[in-house]
Amino acid sequence: MTDAFYRADPPEARHMVMLDGVALIFHRPSGLTHIVAPPAPQILEALEEGDADAAALLERLQRDYDFSAADDLAVALDARLAELETAGLVWRP
Amino acid sequence: MRHEFRVQVGPAAFRIGSDWRQPLDHMAALYTGYPEPDIPDFTVRLFARRFWRRFLRPSVMIGGDYMLPDAAPLSLAHGMLGAEMGMNLQMALGQRRYLLLHASAVERDAKALLMTGESGAGKSTLSALLGERGWRFMGDEFALVDLESGAIHPFPRLVSLKNEAIALFESSVDASRLGPLMRDTPKGDIRHLRPPDDAVAKMHEPARPALLLFPRFGHAPDVREIGQAEIFVRLTQASTNYVTLGEAGFDALSGLVTTVPSRAVDYSDTESAVASVERLWAELVA
Repeated sequence: MTDAFYRADPPEARHMVMLDGVALIFHRPSGLTHIVAPPAPQILEALEEGDADAAALLERLQRDYDFSAADDLAVALDARLAELETAGLVWRP
Repeated sequence: MRHEFRVQVGPAAFRIGSDWRQPLDHMAALYTGYPEPDIPDFTVRLFARRFWRRFLRPSVMIGGDYMLPDAAPLSLAHGMLGAEMGMNLQMALGQRRYLLLHASAVERDAKALLMTGESGAGKSTLSALLGERGWRFMGDEFALVDLESGAIHPFPRLVSLKNEAIALFESSVDASRLGPLMRDTPKGDIRHLRPPDDAVAKMHEPARPALLLFPRFGHAPDVREIGQAEIFVRLTQASTNYVTLGEAGFDALSGLVTTVPSRAVDYSDTESAVASVERLWAELVA
């Protein structure tokens, strides 16, 4: 994990629709549609509290959700953050 | 243009201009019973690249409000195909009022069955066949999704019968509903079929989408469920204006995917396909 802080657009910038296990996201600033897997939607929700690094995000996710294996979650968090950053849904200011 | 023909197909009004009379005569005969609009939404032009090519080995270029710059010209005998291709192109590139799905549609009890898939999957033939067997034919090429209500609006243009599908209809429909047989076009043999009268009479009557099928011809009969995310992706690929419509398109498409049951249907012959459709309709809709 890096120490960088991540930021996301406010929730009104997104229209999210859940489809069997994944989330469709229409990102209003870019006009692009994304399909993301958990915990990507949860990461975006956690970032609504404000910018956070990966460790702080992990704490927020573990506080709010009942993820079973913490080790796997850290790995998944890194992977999803990288995907969200590539998609332009989160960035490091 | 020297010659002109106007026709209303569902919500779209077309003006076809042509350097030659022949393709428009064929169209006027086949589009008998369709309304003639005053103000066209889209214009298609069939024109000669050079003046003398009107007469000498006539070569038909397709133009219009929207055009493909590299489209190859057609022979005059295939001129009507050019007009139909031009009409499709105007819809694909110019339609903004509806989410356009490359899908065929038929209706029963005010509920629409949508069929989409790659070219050659048989969605056009199936919709035309169902249109002769008690369903209301809504369109073999485009289904128009209402951006507000999600309803499907008909686009019952002439059915473009291709290759083996032609023989299926030649013996069973009135000859006046069939256009000239065009051999060896870029899409193979083509013969146009006028939809049944009720399809034309009800061209302004939308229907609520009730079942979405992905038929696939040439495989052992099978029916499979498909995940919603995959359906969504397939439909974005089947839409010509999803990106252009922005969030309105997203809303219409996600609404369709989350509310309408869907199946992939493989079939080896059209009769088994019709049987599958009827069975799935009875199971999932009726």
